[in-house]
Amino acid sequence: MANSSSPSGSKRRFLLTVATAAVGGAGAVAVAVPFVRSMNPSARARAAGAPVEVDISKVEPGMMITVEWRGQPVWIVHRTPEMLANIPKMNDRVADPESSQPLQPAYVDKETRSIKPDYLVLVGICSHLGCSPTEKLKIGADSGLGDEWLGGFYCPCHGSKFDVAGRVLKGMPAPVNLKVPPYTFLSDSRILIGQDKS
Amino acid sequence: MTIMRSVRRLAAVLVFVAPTAAFAAGGHVALDTAPIDQHDVASLQRGARNFVNYCLNCHSAQYMRYNRLADLGLTDQQIKDNLMFASDKVGDPMTIAMKAKDAKQWFGAQPPDLSVIARSRGADWLYTYLRTYYRDESRPTGWNNIAFPDVGMPHVLWELQGLQDLEAAKHGAEGEHGGHAAPKLTLTQAGSMTPKQYDAFVADLVNYLVYMGEPARLQRAQIGILTLLFLGVLFVFAYLLKKEYWKDVH
Amino acid sequence: MSKIAALTQWIDDRFPLTSNWKSHLSEYYAPKNFNFWYYFGSLALLVLVIQILSGIFLTMHYKPDASQAFASVEYIMRDVPSGWLVRYIHSTGASMFFVVVYLHMMRGLLYGSFRKPRELVWIFGMLIYLCLMAEAFFGYLLPWGQMSYWGAQVIVNLFSAVPFIGEELSVWIRGDYVVSDATLNRFFAFHVIAIPLVLLGLVAAHIIALHEVGSNNPDGIEIKKKKDPKTGIPLDGIAFHPYYTVKDIVGVVVFLMVFSIIIFFMPEVGGYFLEYNNFIPADPLKTPPHIAPVWYFTPYYAMLRAVPAMLGSQFPGVIVMGLGVMVFFLLPWLDRGKVKSIRYRGPKYKVWLTLFVISFVILAWLGMNPTDFLGKFPGSTLEMATFLARVFTVVYFAFFILMPWYTATDKEKPEPERVTG
Repeated sequence: MANSSSPSGSKRRFLLTVATAAVGGAGAVAVAVPFVRSMNPSARARAAGAPVEVDISKVEPGMMITVEWRGQPVWIVHRTPEMLANIPKMNDRVADPESSQPLQPAYVDKETRSIKPDYLVLVGICSHLGCSPTEKLKIGADSGLGDEWLGGFYCPCHGSKFDVAGRVLKGMPAPVNLKVPPYTFLSDSRILIGQDKS
Repeated sequence: MTIMRSVRRLAAVLVFVAPTAAFAAGGHVALDTAPIDQHDVASLQRGARNFVNYCLNCHSAQYMRYNRLADLGLTDQQIKDNLMFASDKVGDPMTIAMKAKDAKQWFGAQPPDLSVIARSRGADWLYTYLRTYYRDESRPTGWNNIAFPDVGMPHVLWELQGLQDLEAAKHGAEGEHGGHAAPKLTLTQAGSMTPKQYDAFVADLVNYLVYMGEPARLQRAQIGILTLLFLGVLFVFAYLLKKEYWKDVH
Repeated sequence: MSKIAALTQWIDDRFPLTSNWKSHLSEYYAPKNFNFWYYFGSLALLVLVIQILSGIFLTMHYKPDASQAFASVEYIMRDVPSGWLVRYIHSTGASMFFVVVYLHMMRGLLYGSFRKPRELVWIFGMLIYLCLMAEAFFGYLLPWGQMSYWGAQVIVNLFSAVPFIGEELSVWIRGDYVVSDATLNRFFAFHVIAIPLVLLGLVAAHIIALHEVGSNNPDGIEIKKKKDPKTGIPLDGIAFHPYYTVKDIVGVVVFLMVFSIIIFFMPEVGGYFLEYNNFIPADPLKTPPHIAPVWYFTPYYAMLRAVPAMLGSQFPGVIVMGLGVMVFFLLPWLDRGKVKSIRYRGPKYKVWLTLFVISFVILAWLGMNPTDFLGKFPGSTLEMATFLARVFTVVYFAFFILMPWYTATDKEKPEPERVTG
């Protein structure tokens, strides 16, 4: 063998090496794409996480139903006028009365935390450590939470309390309000959970 | 009398053919070439409708999701309005309500899932099979089939196709083990479709079944062309690079 | 000292990076006359990497459970983004692995690469081939289709032909009285971890042994015999890197083109790479009318069927099939020729090698088909296909058994002093 790399030859050599490496490298990146993509949620996962349509015509005032969306409990509460009247009364007892934390879609009223005040839609997962709170919609001693209680939710894990708009009370382990999922009214009696108001 | 004879004669053919008939590639039954085109979206849409209307009552396609039909240019709303029962979600797979146990009792066997039927049987077999049903009183269902001898499924599409009878093959000496003459079917009672319309109907259905067997099929051909073009470019550089270095080697 | 040089020095003080780079690549001197047949070694390594990578990503979605396995494969094909591509890469890679390895082995037969001093290279290579067969066999059960199921059923039942302990042995392998969920689960374990670990170790041993003795070449002469007195570099040797790296890149690109054509335009390859019947879920109550192993096993399957049962036992057939694979191990000691390469061999070796290749191909073809597909001899009960399989099984073994005689007496041509390009 003989090594006869003339200066011009070595320049061509360098350029071809760079070109081959660049094209080959681009190819390697392109090959990585399907492998990386394959770790994204599959069609099954996406179908399971698809928006859920709920019929609320049978939810009487004062009642609450729980539906599943993306594997999480979502509560729908048909609030009575009395419950609604209690929301402003709680304003100085809750930590974030004006819902300044971005835990709800922009189209939701900051105080009642709902599109239509009558219907509250919440993700039923405590903002503390992820337990699902229990409903304590009854007012006063009947709730088991004392005479002062104006209705809301109580987390059995660490005792966090939320009002009937899902706002956390002051001095609780839970730092912020309960989350409101994206949802929209398809009609007066049908809600689509998981899709923003179009 | 002649019917019984032809049936017996056919049975002889079928015994000979049976071991291979189940093969996708065909075996000894001459298969008609399915006139299908995977790029014909209109045909695929018609096929999907035919499938949902006529097959999806007894057969599931449990690996196929309704919203995958977006491949065929359908929106979720169109799929929901035209191809689904109201109770299903658009992301659900094409399952059926019939329980396996009931199915076994009613049909003797559970109707197979059709998700990948086109991949095991092949388009030509399906196209031939769905067009070669004939009346056969010796069968419990009253139906038999040339491509699928002693088939368990009755002819679901007979109202469309009409009734066919098997006619003894004309030539070929008696007792010559059935000979090679293809069994011939004659239409004895017209259906709601002309034979031409019925063939087109089945072709659409088979086209859809082929699509459903592998929904990624069209996509893979497109990616394949891009990949080969890319490798062509890479080859040019790699080849020049090799030539350049090998100038050293004498 | 530049920063890169400093870093290299830092590593070299702790890990033999530069010395390994030199001894295996930049100062590993390979003969300059490699031809077409010499691409398949690096290609085999490429396919190994492809299989491991695609396999890892399939494992993320596949379920080794008899009630879910078939569905999980269809889930990969439809619901997992790009899952169909990953799966086709893996299924095509399995067959292409054997294509590449068979051609790689053929190279050894053509140019005497198994001969002294490369006996261990050959033996490690054969062990790789055995592992590959096991890997393919275990992997083929996983899609849980009809061919997966009945293929495994037949192969595992071969073990029940072993005298005395056969029945217990096959039950032990399956973990059940039939191929079942337990079998699938353990085959999965073997396929994804046990065999690949062994395979990687053997591949390392194969390459280390090769780099110890140096590569053979199409002339079959040792380039180390003629060295430059000053540098000590073989006169006919060129540095593996860059010369063979740039050459192998060209080979890799061409191979990837073939690979892509299969993946994107014909992933089933007419039922040879993905069998049609394997799109029917496994049904323990119904055997498909004709079952055959995947193409790369069919020569041995044909041998198995060619041997008649003796004393009411299938065992002789199993033995013949096993010997058909194992006999390759003996090649370095069976060959008594003085030259290595086919270029300087005499007519006898050329004829025998041709006969061997023909038998291998015909046995493969016979093994793909049912035993009665050619019909019987007129006036006899002997199947034509069985007869052919017997004839070519004998030829196959004769190539090995008679080798000490025909190579010792062959009229060989003198080898050149230097490689001939």
